[in-house]
Amino acid sequence: MISKKVVLRFPEEIADKPLVSDICKKFELTFNIMRANIFPRKEGILTLEISGEENSFNSGIQYLKDNSVSISFVEESINRDESSCYHCGFCVAVCPTEALIITDRKTMRVDLFKDRCIACGYCVNVCPVKAMSLPDEF
Amino acid sequence: MFKVNKTIEEINYKIKHGEAVVVNAEEMIDIVRKNGTVEAAKKVDVVTTGTFGTMCSSGALLNFGHTAPKIKAAKVWLNDVEAYGSLAAVDLYIGASAVKKGDPLNAVHPGRFEYGGGHVIEDLIARKPVRLVAEGYGTDCYPAKRIEMEIFIDDLREATLLNPRNAYQNYSVATNSTDKTIYTYMGVLKPRFSNATYSSAGQLSPLLNDPFYLTIGIGTRIFLGGGIGYVIWHGTQHNPNEERNERGVPKTGAGALAVLGNMKQMNADFIKGASILGYGVSLSVGLGIPIPILNEEIAFFSSVSDEEIDAYIFDYGHDYPLKIDNTYGLTNYKKLKSGFITINGKKVPTAPLSSYSGAIKISETLKQWILDKKFFLTKPSVSLPQSGDYEPLKYLKKYEKNL
Ligand code: SF4
Ligand code: SF4
Repeated sequence: MISKKVVLRFPEEIADKPLVSDICKKFELTFNIMRANIFPRKEGILTLEISGEENSFNSGIQYLKDNSVSISFVEESINRDESSCYHCGFCVAVCPTEALIITDRKTMRVDLFKDRCIACGYCVNVCPVKAMSLPDEF
Repeated sequence: MFKVNKTIEEINYKIKHGEAVVVNAEEMIDIVRKNGTVEAAKKVDVVTTGTFGTMCSSGALLNFGHTAPKIKAAKVWLNDVEAYGSLAAVDLYIGASAVKKGDPLNAVHPGRFEYGGGHVIEDLIARKPVRLVAEGYGTDCYPAKRIEMEIFIDDLREATLLNPRNAYQNYSVATNSTDKTIYTYMGVLKPRFSNATYSSAGQLSPLLNDPFYLTIGIGTRIFLGGGIGYVIWHGTQHNPNEERNERGVPKTGAGALAVLGNMKQMNADFIKGASILGYGVSLSVGLGIPIPILNEEIAFFSSVSDEEIDAYIFDYGHDYPLKIDNTYGLTNYKKLKSGFITINGKKVPTAPLSSYSGAIKISETLKQWILDKKFFLTKPSVSLPQSGDYEPLKYLKKYEKNL
């Protein structure tokens, strides 16, 4: 069993195809929607956590790619420039998954748990010193 | 009147001979709890404080030296950020919140405000080149009408950080009652009281450790942006007469400081240009002040802890922009730092905006400077405007009665 968070981008032409339910049926995968921005007749962005057997997972991903969905894996894609982060906390106010959170309440340093990140990009926009970044495809 | 009576001269003598006892404001809490105020005042000579947050009302006063031919600069831009040039020929002042030419501002809300005065100041301190464009109208003594050049901080005749209002004594807690997310200088506030933000170093913050400005005044030497600076005046909007708690600590903004320092000694780790989503550009300033422990009352004040510092909660969604005088009650920094406060019976997550770990680093750096005999204390030449509420020993006696 594996489980990975992925960001799927559906180009306008295929935005109305039921590709996600296809992969569930065809490859016995389950998914959990973390974030969705889908507009009719426009590009759609869907962040999912997909789980299943490794082989079917890979086939499912391949199926999406064959159908022109562009895929990025969320894991480890969020990055913090440790030399510019000064642990102010602006990002803590917006991170929806507690990937950015203060655990040590004595030093009040801001921790980053990359495995909780869903690549929503809120912290990238909000960080006053631009310490947070995601690769361009997000 | 006091049981312990030390002078700045005595403390400086101890610093010079490596005998001074210096602790930070966090360490002072336990020292006073264990030893009492009198013993603590005998034992400790200096308490160091610190704060590191975005402080609007900051800027830099620069003199770029005369060019050939000379110009009387009337309009000036640094990296396309407009500065104020109408001071003399080659003096200028760049405000931290000035935005770069052509910035879309909030046309697409919330605006990103990628670059502005705060960033120019950081770039100069980081010893990066900055492009200067100046325009003049031409006079017989200053014929040039336009110059363009690259400047580096070390080539400037003078580079002075000159901040009219920094180090607010305390600050409001912000939340949002409305149905939509708002983008403020207090960060992003989610709808229907879904979060709250605050912006003070609490128990480490300079003016919270000297709530009646007994040692901090005009002329006080401070840590500013990694270099040495001075308090030059009270901050604009300084209001010593705000409501105070039983420990004499104001429950909202209250005091503030105008400060100045030589930018050439500063360090970009402690001065950062800040882009505040939907709001604008600002400057994050690292500032620390040593408090000389002259008597037991000052020992008492400098031992204030997070749970003894209250702050009012305000609605930045509805009341604040309309200047409606309404609060959602008081909380304190212990609760704020725990990660949750209660507003209208609802548990609301909190986030800081001012770096507490940065404040610790500053108070520790200042401590080390003093221990290394690189930094000596000063006696203010004039006091800051004082609260009508202050009487010597009044708050200490009240506190001891309640022990
Ligand atoms: S907002 Fe930026 S600087 Fe502040 S704690 Fe988060 S990542 Fe660090
Ligand atoms: S992109 Fe940033 S705000 Fe969004 S989940 Fe990841 S860490 Fe949190």
